Amino acid sequence: MAVERTLKDARFKYISPGSGGFFQTSLGRFSARNWALLFLILMIVVFSIGSSGFFDIVNFQNIIHLSTGAFLLAAAELLVVITGGIDLSIGYVYGLSSVLGAKVMQILYAGGAAGMPVWQVIALGCLAALSVSILPGLANGVLITHFKVPPFIATMGMWGICNGITLFLADGFMPVMGAPSEINAIGNSYFLYIDPSKSISFFTKPSYITQADIRSILRLVPNSLFLSLAVLLVLGFVLGRTRFGKHTYAIGGSMDAAVRSGIDVKRHLIMIYVIASFVSGVAGLFNLFQTGIGNYTPSGANYELMAVAAVVIGGASLTGGKGRILGTAVGVLVLAVLENGLQIIGVSAFYRYIGVGVLLTIAVIIDRAFPDLF
Amino acid sequence: MAHLLEAKNITKRFGGLTAVDNVSFHVDAGEVVALVGDNGAGKSTLIKIISGVHKPDEGEIFLNGQKIHIDSPIDAISHGIETIYQDLALAENMDVPSNIFLGRERTKKVLGCINVVDYEHMSSESRKVLDRLDIRIPSLKANIRNLSGGQRQAVAISRSIYWNAKVLIMDEPTAALGISEQKKVLELVSSLKKQGIAIIIISHQMYDVFSVADRIIVMRRGIKAGERLVKDTTSEEVVSLIVGAESVEKRSQ
Repeated sequence: MAVERTLKDARFKYISPGSGGFFQTSLGRFSARNWALLFLILMIVVFSIGSSGFFDIVNFQNIIHLSTGAFLLAAAELLVVITGGIDLSIGYVYGLSSVLGAKVMQILYAGGAAGMPVWQVIALGCLAALSVSILPGLANGVLITHFKVPPFIATMGMWGICNGITLFLADGFMPVMGAPSEINAIGNSYFLYIDPSKSISFFTKPSYITQADIRSILRLVPNSLFLSLAVLLVLGFVLGRTRFGKHTYAIGGSMDAAVRSGIDVKRHLIMIYVIASFVSGVAGLFNLFQTGIGNYTPSGANYELMAVAAVVIGGASLTGGKGRILGTAVGVLVLAVLENGLQIIGVSAFYRYIGVGVLLTIAVIIDRAFPDLF
Repeated sequence: MAHLLEAKNITKRFGGLTAVDNVSFHVDAGEVVALVGDNGAGKSTLIKIISGVHKPDEGEIFLNGQKIHIDSPIDAISHGIETIYQDLALAENMDVPSNIFLGRERTKKVLGCINVVDYEHMSSESRKVLDRLDIRIPSLKANIRNLSGGQRQAVAISRSIYWNAKVLIMDEPTAALGISEQKKVLELVSSLKKQGIAIIIISHQMYDVFSVADRIIVMRRGIKAGERLVKDTTSEEVVSLIVGAESVEKRSQ
């Protein structure tokens, strides 16, 4: 077996750009390892030169704010991808959590007539959404580990089931309204509001500023950034520093090695799928806070595939055992900046799909050519 | 004195096939026993019974004279019986300390309550065990994928030794290795033997068997076809035992 592997490696080395000149130098290896980051910087430079509206603090904060869901979904997908699996259900768990949270709040709140304190309505809505979003992951994990269903099929089943339940809750293709408006204040606020020479306030806008004039003052650091950072930092810490993280990489690297070294692989995989599902639920719930309505995931939104794309562009390998949170965050930003920049310079949105396709291909070629870079 | 490891009357059937038929053997501390036989002779099945992968249908296993029950690989490991399979079972995407400590990582607390993997400790312990076995690996941070076959074998052996293996079972340790690496692995086996570890080696290579083993057990079609001390036998005799030319005559006596 080892002989076969050596032959295979030799063959890859032969066809790979890694065997020639530039990519052997430390600069070459650096640029191959960080190509996504370099590409991100290049895009920012090009879009900044190409249009006046792109290089702007408001636009950058918009990109970050609107990428919250993408950050969380990609982080969830990364956990699964490192173990060598794939989770196709996360996009619809996202919608399910958003719609279910909104539905519960709508019923409890009843337009303010029910008399339940608003904070209680919000808390119960969140609790319902988050606890239900664990279930698809639990089902995925049990199907994959105990019933030996391949991850692709198991999570595809949950993809359909979650979508169906969401549409049922949302009465067909209808956004769910009627949650307390306070949730918007949480989801859309900024950490800091500065009205030059007049006032500074934290978390809420100065009361004399109307919603229509909000653009006239400087708003810094959207609350959503705290959520994204918190999730990314916690998962990054877990993957990089804990036994749980080590075991996750080991399972992706060699299932056999993990089993024989006494790791409870079944339990571990179930936990991975549950965490992925839960984080997707958090993302969906935040979508409710951001928009104030429960949004089902439109078919064709491809959130889960965009998450896979971000993870792969960020240096993870679908064969497992490889990938980092920081890379995934860069992958998300690459996709987000690509979309935003093309929009701003007025290029048709269709080019975005072409761009994503090209980037994915580059990512995989680099992964095959430099198996040891990450 | 009781043997370090003794298996008595082990029988294992798979459906109608008797893979191991009433086999007994023992190994002592600081002794190397070679298990040889043709493909399908039952060597691997016998080993898998000792290492907890299969349960025997009949027979008993004793460690230092005490009867032990091995129901899973974890049981075997907790009794100090470590097995290195041909594929080594290393996580190729991870570095040396992570592999030596795989599944048994050392942790330390940060902020008083959060357990994090103590990489420095694992790294220095790995260095110690590699030095003890006189294994040179340039960088512990290298992923297993980037190590040579011999270095991988050495990492797998170090992992077992670090966890206080009393009995080390090696399945074809020199297969798929270059000549000079084969030699290094055999040297490693000799040095483990000097440290008092009981070693069982499965091998097809007569050269390996005669250069490191003290005793040879020949399996053929599930039965123990013969047992010889290396100093009293020749490779011709062992080969004829393997193919069955001699044992028929012996059994009829």
